[in-house]
Amino acid sequence: MIEAPPSPKPSTKPHLVPGNSSPMVAVRSLAKKIGEQEILRGVDLEVTRGETLAIIGRSGGGKSVLLKHLVGLMEPDAGEIWIEGQNIIGLTERQLGAVREKIGILFQGAALFDSMTVAENIAFPLREAGERNPKVLREKVREMLDVVELEGQEEKMPESLSGGMKKRVGLARSIVRRPSCVLYDEPTSGLDPVVSDSINRLIRRLQKRLGMTSVVVTHDMKSAFDVANHVAYLHEGRIYFYGTPNQLQQTSDPILQDFLLGRSDGTGD
Amino acid sequence: MIVRFFSALGAPLLAFFQYLGEIMLLAADTFRSIFTHKLRWKLFLNQVVEIGLLSQLVVVITGAFTGAVFAAQTFFQFNKIGMGSATGAVVSVSICRELGPVLTALMVAGRVGAAMSAEIGTMKVTEQIDALRALAVYPTDYLVVPRALAMMVSMPLLVAECIAVGIAAGYFVAIFMLEINGTYYMANMVRWTRNRDIIMGLSKAFCFGVLIVFISCQKGLSAREGAVGVGRATTEAVVNSSLAILICNFFLTMLLNIIYPAGYQ
Repeated sequence: MIEAPPSPKPSTKPHLVPGNSSPMVAVRSLAKKIGEQEILRGVDLEVTRGETLAIIGRSGGGKSVLLKHLVGLMEPDAGEIWIEGQNIIGLTERQLGAVREKIGILFQGAALFDSMTVAENIAFPLREAGERNPKVLREKVREMLDVVELEGQEEKMPESLSGGMKKRVGLARSIVRRPSCVLYDEPTSGLDPVVSDSINRLIRRLQKRLGMTSVVVTHDMKSAFDVANHVAYLHEGRIYFYGTPNQLQQTSDPILQDFLLGRSDGTGD
Repeated sequence: MIVRFFSALGAPLLAFFQYLGEIMLLAADTFRSIFTHKLRWKLFLNQVVEIGLLSQLVVVITGAFTGAVFAAQTFFQFNKIGMGSATGAVVSVSICRELGPVLTALMVAGRVGAAMSAEIGTMKVTEQIDALRALAVYPTDYLVVPRALAMMVSMPLLVAECIAVGIAAGYFVAIFMLEINGTYYMANMVRWTRNRDIIMGLSKAFCFGVLIVFISCQKGLSAREGAVGVGRATTEAVVNSSLAILICNFFLTMLLNIIYPAGYQ
């Protein structure tokens, strides 16, 4: 794994955040095979509390698979995942419930419940947590819609929302219970630059206002540079680079250069 | 050659037993959840409306025309040997023990089973089930338990309705169209139809309801590959439910006949 320029050499050693006692998320030697294809081949990663980490990489490179592992939606073939000091591997689906309460996830397609209105979608996690007071639920929904800048959209059905609006509602639903960490799966894919920028602002605001740890999976470099404190480049199933956005921009590594400049011939020229 | 034969036979057999295992695990998980976790009453009542209330028309039409045509056919045969007034008994016992539960179950499998598997399958392929899991909601509790309980409550009621409508339709056809003596018709029917015939029909209804709900939910939960996968899951749910109903009906008949023997005793 590469940590910084000017001499980026790939390594498979786990990244350790200096001076940090208990990271929010820690991944150790994570491996996953789907069918015959090795998607993850020993991923090591740590996410410090309160930081935003962008995981970048080529399409189909296993970024979303890695993200789904972090919340226990997929089971790895090998490796460990630690969330706030607890190893979640081997936990049953019901035991994972307690871990998932600490983590919100925004799915690539937002995954809104299509039989519910926007308000019902956002209130869903609160209802499931036992909140029944309609006044409290209404207030919380309004507050969340205010955070994602979608005031007055309570009664709309998901099918009548645009892609950007769906993602915002999905985000509102995932943060309504104030998780300590939010995972974003391609938050800006398929959105125009203006809407993408508003989503990026939202991610930054959540980090600043609520102190949430964020992991953003993206191949949108502008988004990664906009929101991230650190960037990890996933390449051939491993973390190939870990560093700050500045360090990434200054790197001379040909593989990273090809990705940053969008070159498809792989020559590094 | 022999190895090839057994390996060709083995793969589908293994797949079949794996499929049965998945249904059994889902059923076990659901029953565990029913007894250990709180029921979502709103979802349960919604499903009772969907399965029970909205299936009324289909079940009433099925029961009425089955009773009517069965009464007519029985009369045509029995009248030749002077036993036309026994039509009521034959219609009543047959509808209670076989036709009512089987035909109602087949109609419900087509109407409700397909809807269940399509709805859950669509949720699966659009990541809504992953969203449920990510929001710390166990999918079996939220999706399967309310449907299973609603089916267990609704199916016996639907079958009871089908039986009642079928017998009534048979009576009207026999009395007003075939001109059988109403007194003899009723006397024979009441004499030969026992409580155990009704209990057998309702027991079958419960079992068929359980089959439909677990086969359909399992198909929905294992749907893959977008719209095509959901379509395939829906078709398979209806076909497999219908086959399971017909096959299990035979074994249930043999088993329940030991507990509730047929005939006047």
